[in-house]
Amino acid sequence: MGHAPMTPAAIIPVLSPLLLAPLLLGVIARTKAVVAGRRGAPLLQPYYDLVKLLQKSAVYSRTTTWVFRAGPVVGLAALLCATAYVPLGGIPALLSFEGDLIVFVYVLGLLRFFTVVAALDTGSSFEAMGASREVTFAALAEPALLLGLVGVARNAGSFSLSTIYAGMDTAAWTAAAPALALIAAALLVVFLAENARVPVDDPTTHLELTMIHEVMVLDHGGPDLAFILYGSALKLWLLGALFVGLVVPIRSGIVWLDTAAALTGMLGLAIVTGIIESSTARWRLLRIPQLLVGAGVMAAVALVLMLR
Amino acid sequence: MTMWVDTTLVFLALTSILLLGSSRLTRCIRIVAFQGVLLGVLTVAVHAHAVTLRVVALASSILVLKGFVFPWLLSRVLRDANVRREIEPLVSYIISMLAGTLGLAVSFWLSTRLPLPAPPLSLLVVPVALFMTLAGLFLIVSRRTALMQVLAYVVLENGIYAFGVGLVQETPMLVELGVLLDVFVAVFVMGIAIFHINREFDHIDADQLATLHDWTP
Repeated sequence: MGHAPMTPAAIIPVLSPLLLAPLLLGVIARTKAVVAGRRGAPLLQPYYDLVKLLQKSAVYSRTTTWVFRAGPVVGLAALLCATAYVPLGGIPALLSFEGDLIVFVYVLGLLRFFTVVAALDTGSSFEAMGASREVTFAALAEPALLLGLVGVARNAGSFSLSTIYAGMDTAAWTAAAPALALIAAALLVVFLAENARVPVDDPTTHLELTMIHEVMVLDHGGPDLAFILYGSALKLWLLGALFVGLVVPIRSGIVWLDTAAALTGMLGLAIVTGIIESSTARWRLLRIPQLLVGAGVMAAVALVLMLR
Repeated sequence: MTMWVDTTLVFLALTSILLLGSSRLTRCIRIVAFQGVLLGVLTVAVHAHAVTLRVVALASSILVLKGFVFPWLLSRVLRDANVRREIEPLVSYIISMLAGTLGLAVSFWLSTRLPLPAPPLSLLVVPVALFMTLAGLFLIVSRRTALMQVLAYVVLENGIYAFGVGLVQETPMLVELGVLLDVFVAVFVMGIAIFHINREFDHIDADQLATLHDWTP
């Protein structure tokens, strides 16, 4: 049940990730290529990959069960659900109600659970190792995400993502700049960690021992892999939209202007991610919990500042 | 101007938490040096409505002493003692950071219960100052390296200074400078002490000093 009146603009926060999310991956890859002095793959390469994978047929090992097949489908379904709740900048999402930020976090949790269960179902020790790392880091990243969102929720006086982000304008920033900056930093760390980007994980690595996220999907192929790739692009977009909505406080009320600002912000975030990935190496596994706990601490400090 | 004071105080709290989670001693020294610079900025920001020669003198002496002289002294000790990082702290870095967050929350709660003679300039002054004092105490008891304990002592003193400068605006300059001189002498003496401990025992693990005694049962 949506409290906000449904407007045609509500389709923008849903359509833009569905259409443009793979483009973010392309922009990140292109940024990394340019920084490294290469020409790089075409910006639309992720789309070509998706089309190619969808035309193939999936191969299933005899040792796997329905859990393995359900993983990618449930994961994509969870992300499509999550897409409905995330606003783009100040434009309210398709669905919103009080408490939808908790639904959002737990829908992402469901996605993670099924990815992990599908990885465990293969019986591969590498995949189990990746699954174990994934849940270890997720257990540390989730408090940071929730504390950060509760911080902005406290600022806006609402537990609905659309209401929170509609009120995140320059006035909110002048009122509570230190706390919001801390939350933005925490969300950026969560964005990098949850999407398996450097410095937490290297998405381009080809060594199973060092992988976290990629190793869990090694046994998926064809349409299943396409679902996973598209799903990870969507997740990149959704968590990115939470960050961009915070740091691009343009709320003019004019739909096309807000959309343009938010989309430019997403593009900027993709470029920044590419630059971060080019300028830092993947951290040692032992240091990653420190980074994630640090993000959680920043979010907690921000919450304390908001509560005072 | 409250915004400047608030931002500086938030940075002071964050650097203290960062210190709780840092293992490399050179990095710890840099963090404490940054806190010294922040305290200099804080002094000016608090008195921004009337920047007098007295304020400038106090701020610049704080900045030079805590931001440059102490770090330089301690880096020299570090080089002579030939240690790079804190070895096996009594409380792990992650637990320290979490304890720091808890300490910050407790300081915020305490600051609401504390009766003050005059309202402070910013609502953050008392909690952040209390938190820095707590963080300094926590570091002193939870780290083994003598150098880290000196740094923790400086953080503790930074907290007391932040409390004073944010709360009592008309502290006589002589008192401030006297305290600063005391801390300077303390750091100087501790630097020499660390150097001697290191030369005598080849390490600066203060825990092992507990086994020093003449009398053996």
